[in-house]
Amino acid sequence: MSAVLFDVPGPKARTRNVYLNIATIIVVVGIIGFILYRFYESDQFTAQKWEIFTFPRVQQTFLKAIGATLSAFAVGAVGSLVLGVLLAFGRLTDSKWVSRPCYWFTELFRAIPLLILMMIMYYGLPSAGVKGITPFIAVVVGLILYNGSVLAEVFRAGIESLPKGQREAGLAVGLTKGQVLRSILLPQAVRAMLPVIIAQLVVIMKDTALGFLITYDEIMKYANFLGSQVQYGSPVVPALMVAAVLYVGMCLILSGLAKYTERKMSSRVKVIKAKAGMAG
Amino acid sequence: MNVLIDNREVFLEGFKNTGILFIFSAFFSLILGTIVAGMRVSPAPAMRAAGTFYVNAVRNTPLTLILAFFALGYPKLGLPDINFMNAAIIGLSLYTATYVSEAIRSGINTVSVGQSEAARAIGLPFMQTLSLIVLPQAFRSVVPPLFSVFIALLKNTTVAAGFSVIEAGSIRSTLSDLGEPLLPGLLWVALIFVVLVLGILSPLQRYLEKKWRVAR
Repeated sequence: MSAVLFDVPGPKARTRNVYLNIATIIVVVGIIGFILYRFYESDQFTAQKWEIFTFPRVQQTFLKAIGATLSAFAVGAVGSLVLGVLLAFGRLTDSKWVSRPCYWFTELFRAIPLLILMMIMYYGLPSAGVKGITPFIAVVVGLILYNGSVLAEVFRAGIESLPKGQREAGLAVGLTKGQVLRSILLPQAVRAMLPVIIAQLVVIMKDTALGFLITYDEIMKYANFLGSQVQYGSPVVPALMVAAVLYVGMCLILSGLAKYTERKMSSRVKVIKAKAGMAG
Repeated sequence: MNVLIDNREVFLEGFKNTGILFIFSAFFSLILGTIVAGMRVSPAPAMRAAGTFYVNAVRNTPLTLILAFFALGYPKLGLPDINFMNAAIIGLSLYTATYVSEAIRSGINTVSVGQSEAARAIGLPFMQTLSLIVLPQAFRSVVPPLFSVFIALLKNTTVAAGFSVIEAGSIRSTLSDLGEPLLPGLLWVALIFVVLVLGILSPLQRYLEKKWRVAR
């Protein structure tokens, strides 16, 4: 990839690269050092500000907050995938009366900011007389509507990128259009689009943090609550650091898991291909 | 309709600030993102590592948390004061820059190898190969994904409302204080975003995509 831009370095380029490396390291260490120094200087590392995280009650509530984030993510992710598949199928049907509304649905919900969608659910609907909207429902429905629409486009692009012969062969052996879509096109589209689908799942994970702004009791909200505890020195920065580590960790685990399944899936395809090659 | 007309001041003020947030964040994230993309394709391994670390760390952090850090955490560090608007612009720029850099990096990879080989053959060094030959071509194929990034940025500006910035996302709380009906107000906000995205940015994206398409 990078070889596009430069040749294999010669002696002169190698020394230049060494200087570049050193300069970069100095700058990066400088920036990180400055941040840490500011943290230290403004007493962010004092025991008083971290003491609150040692209480079992606080840790238990943190676990609960993580559970809340994960459950919003799980329901949101499953719901988005289902809605995405349904909308993609809807857009690919021959009937204009189905495909047009599905098209407008995806366009509309991709254009509205997710936070506004959640606010409409949580503040708007109850003010118009709809009862029983909890923050959890508002977060999850918002996530599903938005990410379902995004994933619908992903599935559709995946299905349309497949060779025409796949569909024709399926129809030729007597499958119905729906069967072709379900058992031939969709599995291949999912495999081809797996990296994009996974990136979208990471987005869902991150977007659960918007729940904080509509009072859903998840990691961000709890971190913010801890940060406002004056008797422990208002540990805003430590609380945000803990939250950041949790989010980055969860997202990295998710993308790591996804890369693993991707490798598994593609190696299985290779085996099939290799066998096919031997047979041929 | 009444909600919009009666409170046009609120809506105007809100969307004006959304516009300010959007334009400044787009500008800074474009600059920073281009620099980071350059770092990620540079010949020096340390630069590549620094760029990759930045992108991975920030892309896996929720925007809410980044904005919370600049709005709530930063004032505790004893550094020069910034107002909430600037804090939001810094946070949005740092966050969006990672997406810009990924879009540009994938654009750089679409430029054919022959282009930079030719540039090197006539003796251009790395920086000139990048800035005179590769990036101008990359920017064209980058336009559609870059527009998607900026559309996402426009929608992301609403998150700043959670951190004391008066903008489109905070129209709800203002209306709530005024005792106005919330659902119509929120639907108007949503509708204005739909018009901005589907009526202005998406057609512009398609137009530029068509205009700058290059045959390869």
